[in-house]
Amino acid sequence: MGRILLVTIQVDMHDKLAMTLQDDLTERIVRDHARGVLIDISALDIVDSFIGRMISNTAGMARVLDAQTVVVGMQPSVAITLVELGLRLDGVRTALNVERGMELLGSSLSGFK
Amino acid sequence: MTSFSNHDSSADEVVPIHSGEDVVRLRQVLRQHVQAIRLTLVEQTKFVTAASELARNTLDYGGGGEARIAVVRNDANARQGIRISFIDQGPGIGDIELALSDGFTSGNGMGLGLGGAKRLSDEFHIDTAVGRGTTITITKWKAF
Repeated sequence: MGRILLVTIQVDMHDKLAMTLQDDLTERIVRDHARGVLIDISALDIVDSFIGRMISNTAGMARVLDAQTVVVGMQPSVAITLVELGLRLDGVRTALNVERGMELLGSSLSGFK
Repeated sequence: MTSFSNHDSSADEVVPIHSGEDVVRLRQVLRQHVQAIRLTLVEQTKFVTAASELARNTLDYGGGGEARIAVVRNDANARQGIRISFIDQGPGIGDIELALSDGFTSGNGMGLGLGGAKRLSDEFHIDTAVGRGTTITITKWKAF
């Protein structure tokens, strides 16, 4: 199935941290030959458009590097808020938790050795 | 409807917004206020998210500014609420309609996305003109 990277966002991110995360992740995808990325946002109480763009950008960069991204652990109140905010996480699939995220990635990546 | 009178501004909590770290701090400070008046989790999340959007606009488009937070009371039904104003001395908004339109696509939105903050709040007030800066005030009331 190939390597899957798990990124857990635990800190309230400001600009520099977000940039660092994107850069680090891109580097890791290449270095580890990762085919999938799981972004765990279960610790985030607030997801605004800034964080949303960061996630979308990260998924976009991962895609360029031939890796797929799944966001997991979105808190229910965050999900409700994102819908009303009108924020679409384009190109990013979501799953309930890490386990389901792995299944989602697995079914997409099957057939690639 | 609620009025803006009977409000003692000297009791407002002022949070400067001049950096990404300030936006994060603003969220944390506001979170304390909405928790103190016991808004539900969903109400808290919506309002703090709306405030986060506006704070980022203040930073990105307003040249920085400040947020003022106040606990308010609706005289008509005795309910409590939180009101937060975002004030900048930036260029001002010429086209409010455009600013209110949804600007959230995959990262290159055209509008300021103020519509999102408005939807997430109970009250939304904007005072702006080109060359005069911008003040946006949003309010969230307790349900009961």
